Amino acid sequence: MPRLTLQPVLSKKLSWVVYFAWQGVVTATAVGLLLGEAQGLEWGETPVWVDPFALLGLLLLAVNFMPPIARMKGPIYVTLWYFMAMFVWTFLTYAMGNFVPEYFVTGTAAGAVGGLFIHDLVGLFVTPLGWGMMYYFVPILLKKPIWSHGLSLVGFWGLAFFYPLQGIHHFLYTPIPMFLQYGAIVSTIAVELVVTTVIINFFGTIWGSGHVVKTNLPIRWFYTGMIFYFLTCLQCAFQVTLTFQKIIHFTDWVVGHAHMVMFGVFTMWIMGAMTYLLPRLLNRPWYSLKALEWHYWLSTIGIAVMSADLFLLGLFQGWSWAALEPWDASVDISFPFWVLRTIAGLSMFGGLLTFIWNIFKTWTSVPQQSAVVEPTSAA
Amino acid sequence: MFESKAGILYIAGIGFFALAFVSNALVPALMYDDIPEQTVAELVNSNLRYQFEDLARRYPESFVNAYGDAPGGAAEHDQWWDEKCAEALRYGHKLYVGEGCWHCHSQFIRPVSNEEERWGPVSRSWEYQNELNRPVMFGTRRVGPDLCREGGRRSNDWHAVHFYRPLDLSEGSPMPEYPWFFDGSPDKPNARGLAIMTYVQWLGSWQESYPHYEDYVPSMERPDEDGDAEENEE
Ligand code: HEC
Repeated sequence: MPRLTLQPVLSKKLSWVVYFAWQGVVTATAVGLLLGEAQGLEWGETPVWVDPFALLGLLLLAVNFMPPIARMKGPIYVTLWYFMAMFVWTFLTYAMGNFVPEYFVTGTAAGAVGGLFIHDLVGLFVTPLGWGMMYYFVPILLKKPIWSHGLSLVGFWGLAFFYPLQGIHHFLYTPIPMFLQYGAIVSTIAVELVVTTVIINFFGTIWGSGHVVKTNLPIRWFYTGMIFYFLTCLQCAFQVTLTFQKIIHFTDWVVGHAHMVMFGVFTMWIMGAMTYLLPRLLNRPWYSLKALEWHYWLSTIGIAVMSADLFLLGLFQGWSWAALEPWDASVDISFPFWVLRTIAGLSMFGGLLTFIWNIFKTWTSVPQQSAVVEPTSAA
Repeated sequence: MFESKAGILYIAGIGFFALAFVSNALVPALMYDDIPEQTVAELVNSNLRYQFEDLARRYPESFVNAYGDAPGGAAEHDQWWDEKCAEALRYGHKLYVGEGCWHCHSQFIRPVSNEEERWGPVSRSWEYQNELNRPVMFGTRRVGPDLCREGGRRSNDWHAVHFYRPLDLSEGSPMPEYPWFFDGSPDKPNARGLAIMTYVQWLGSWQESYPHYEDYVPSMERPDEDGDAEENEE
């Protein structure tokens, strides 16, 4: 924020308050879940008594980060479009998702709100954060501007309009009215087209300097994430149809889909950003470049294997159920796939451990003065 | 407008969000507004009462520990049972959510994929119009079978043994054991065990086709007599 607006945040103290409050919220949630206090809401199992605090935290976050944008003059950069909207959306989504289906509506209507909630969390919180980051880092790292400003506009406004309209696609074939289900399906397919424009924009940006993925790890993380993003969205456009839903709903296919987008895309982007930022923040080079490579390959192969494994398994499960085989049959066929999935998961986990070890080693190594890194600690 | 702060804040940030909320949340809410929402007390029906009293007969000691003795006098007696049954149902629901049963079990029958054959009538909106579906328990993944027609399909004894150690009844079952629903053995369910069984027996007890037995026969087996397919299994 300060970099893009050249304005300080409202208050540094507030930043710390939010940071610690967040740790508190996470801890309280963990304790609450162990005590069996979960809220029966997909993605929102945070106990109901934690929700107001979490919401307050989100509000403070917006209060802290919006003033720099308000104060700055002139046009604002793409990243800021995403972030600005995201602060509003996340707050509204959290409030809607946690309170409406608990206190205001019940049953099928609560299901519709629940669908909207899960969907908006991905689309209006995680996604704008992720793409905002990409629009910020990619041009810096490639040292050239984004390929097309027009496409950035299409991407942002397309997402803003179509994404929130799709919540109900999580509950197709439920008693939710069919015309609403169709609406959600159509807007889902529409947003996939929008996504394609964003992908084109980013590949247009890297066009001509593709070789940097060999040497520049952050860029490699980012673009791998984008490929997974495209795959996820392409998959979305198919799996959202009623034809696919018949078979894959309730199966491990959906689990694979969620992993592919959450790990394969957003985690990758965060890892790329960390790979880029940590040496700058700590003011010393990475302890081991080899370990960084291991981190990348273990994660990438892990998530690719896991997703493929779960998609295939999902089909088998769905067909087994539709064929009215005894229930146990669907569990039996799952076991070998679950074993492979575990191995893939361990690989991803191993990658993360390598990364943590590398961070630790970098942190404890003797700082070296290097020309690339500014000597001031970047605040 | 497309790049201005106000445009992004009011149109994208608030406007589009509100549009989605109205069309995707408010519309269904208003459509179902005319179906009255049932309280837990109203959900207690005779099928469920039967199962609940069956728990008292099968596990008298556990039952008295958890709920005390029924008072004398026909009217009070009846009211007492209803109240305790509602209490168990509410607690059972809390456990169902808290233990994450809904991560592995769905509660809705779709009109596709032969689900009607397997589990019974397709789910309808009115079935969810009650206090125990805040938030709705549609579920998200089926590791285990759908449960919304589970009530009455199996005896309380079966459930007790199954919750204690699913592997004893279903070979290779990945369902976790729930020893904390019991005081040491499956014939001694504690308040939790009684409550979760009440909840499971409630599911589908409002249906006319209650209890619903699967009317398919696994293609490998020939029916030796008609009736409940699962009784033949073991
Ligand atoms: C890890 C996933 C998982 C969890 C969590 C889980 N189950 Fe299951 N459940 C299964 C599987 C798989 C089966 C089918 C095999 C069997 O009968 O054990 C099953 C079977 C059942 C059955 C028997 C259905 C029938 O009629 O055949 C009931 C009832 C049941 N579960 C209730 C529950 C309840 C209540 C909870 C929470 C306390 C729960 N389950 C948690 C996976 C799970």
